[in-house]
Amino acid sequence: MTISFLIIAVVTLAGAIAAVTLRNLVHCALALVGAFAGLAAAFLQLDAQFVGFAQVLIYIGAVAILVLFAVLLTRGGEPPQPQTFSWSWPWGLAVALAVLGMLAWAIAGSVATRRQPAAQVEATTKQIGDALMTRFVLPLEVAGLLFTVALIGAVLVAMREEGKSE
Amino acid sequence: MTPLAGYVLLAALLFSVGLVGALTRRNAIVVLIGIELMLNAANLNFIAFWRFGEHPEALTGILFVLFSIGVAAAEAAVGLALVIAIYRHYRTANVDEMDALKG
Amino acid sequence: MVNGLDQLFVNLKHALVGLFPAPVQPWVSVGVTAVAIVLVFATLFAITTVLERKGLGRIQNRYGPNRVGLPFTQLRLFGFGQPIADGIKALIKEDFVPARADRVVHFLAPLAMLVPLTLTFAVLPYGRNMLPLDLDTGVLYFFAVGAGAELAVFMAGWSSRNKYSLFGAMRAIAQMISYEVPLILSAVAVVMMAGSLSTRRIVEAQLGHAGWLPDWFVFTPWGLAGFLIFITAATAESNRSPFDLPEGESEIVAGYFLEYSGFKFAIFFMAEYFGMFAAGGMAATLFLGGYGAPAPWLEWIPSWAWFFAKMMGFIFLLIWLRGTLPRLRQDQLMNFAWKFMLPLALVSLGAAALWHYMAPGLARWVVCTVAVAGPYLLLGRGLLERKGLGRRVYRFAE
Repeated sequence: MTISFLIIAVVTLAGAIAAVTLRNLVHCALALVGAFAGLAAAFLQLDAQFVGFAQVLIYIGAVAILVLFAVLLTRGGEPPQPQTFSWSWPWGLAVALAVLGMLAWAIAGSVATRRQPAAQVEATTKQIGDALMTRFVLPLEVAGLLFTVALIGAVLVAMREEGKSE
Repeated sequence: MTPLAGYVLLAALLFSVGLVGALTRRNAIVVLIGIELMLNAANLNFIAFWRFGEHPEALTGILFVLFSIGVAAAEAAVGLALVIAIYRHYRTANVDEMDALKG
Repeated sequence: MVNGLDQLFVNLKHALVGLFPAPVQPWVSVGVTAVAIVLVFATLFAITTVLERKGLGRIQNRYGPNRVGLPFTQLRLFGFGQPIADGIKALIKEDFVPARADRVVHFLAPLAMLVPLTLTFAVLPYGRNMLPLDLDTGVLYFFAVGAGAELAVFMAGWSSRNKYSLFGAMRAIAQMISYEVPLILSAVAVVMMAGSLSTRRIVEAQLGHAGWLPDWFVFTPWGLAGFLIFITAATAESNRSPFDLPEGESEIVAGYFLEYSGFKFAIFFMAEYFGMFAAGGMAATLFLGGYGAPAPWLEWIPSWAWFFAKMMGFIFLLIWLRGTLPRLRQDQLMNFAWKFMLPLALVSLGAAALWHYMAPGLARWVVCTVAVAGPYLLLGRGLLERKGLGRRVYRFAE
């Protein structure tokens, strides 16, 4: 394993673990940003430049800010919680460990992961654009429709209802 | 361990961390954070298999991940809007207390 | 001679890198470029603060700072020693952190603001062969990394545990994410016409001349619209007047920087100016032909001089706007972004496509100008109190 992969892995995992265990929600969101940044670095190392920068732009530039706004808008209605974890946390942890064990066993025993990597791969933006407009034009249009629906839906769900008493 | 196995193992670890977050935390927003981590782990898996697998010139992994990032962002937006709406009703974002089907 | 001056810095760097043994050379090359960029822009930042204060002063019919010159001498240098005095003041001021503030986040916020905005300098082509990082996705990198600065604004506002800071931060983030959309869409029109996200190819697509007019994208109808949208959105992204409500001095006393003093405030200030430089550089790259000269007989002036001249022209425009226009209110600001600039950015994208598919000549100029100016007039008049295209009525004049 190269040193850069190890650093990226440590940063991403540390960010992810911090994001799900910290008590202060804003710290969780900021640790999540660290995890996203680590993942973007991993994508860049895997020669997927467009996806790496799209990850930064969308996840760090939009989703993280969305999470932070939601944290700020849902505070203050309840007394500060002494517990961060739910009463059923041992079961959750056991299930997650079982999933991890199964995945690790599958990876260790698989043939596909034993193959050595290919030579240089190239994924220029032009190729991605060509593919999006020829082979993948239907998913592109459906995605556009999906985003419109999600935009309108999110605004309607979160909007304050005028005239109706709460 | 080949590089591919390393990346896939990292993705598996990220997925289980996200699963722990989604299953054990009380706050709805942290559950959504866990879900985002799981989606990101799957994206890492796709890119790793695209890079080290067969036919990388078909760009299937990259395009799948692009759509996945977009859909995950849309889903986060709607999910957080729901959390805000629920907070307005229940005055709490604690998932353990949202246990009644009647509004 | 012309070529020598143009490639002066490239040759200097190669000479410097050649002094080191072969295994370290890539690292030295990267280091030299990074240090050079930071030094140049830090010096430019210092000069720009003085120019801004003097420029604003002249607009307001007064002298700007004109006393501080070289320290320990009687030379006044027209006030250009002011940054030295400001720097020393910032360094020796007491750096207090509010008692209830979140110390770690409070400490990291200035860094989180400065680092992304400095990273954006890596994809600007400063001259011929002077592009630090030739990425296939240069423009996407620029906008992606610039989006990291918004998070720093939130960190600064929230960690101070102060209502005014938090308000300022929320307003600033709402403004920045709203204006990011027209900013990126106007750049997309350029990317579409140049056929690549790489900044090098975008500049190379603008280096020719069509008769006496350079091939710059700003000299086309869709390009002019895109350029105006880009500079307006860039002004809003940098929280400069007339979009500076988040840090409005007369409203909420510096907003999200409220609880920062001394060196950390200086870092925020520098980060804001770096954002302006980067936006100016990107505007020059996308619309004004980058390092290209406007006419073939002007090419004896080095390419890097043209780039910096265009960038400083943008800065001059920002200073001028700051001194002249009143501040926009938050809801006016948001309406302007979503209801006016976003549709116009989409219209400029459509006009760019029309331009590409029509044959060169007068017809495409007329069609594209109408395609851009028509919606502009309709939207402009239509959104203004919904009066349609009636005669403009002034409330307080005449």
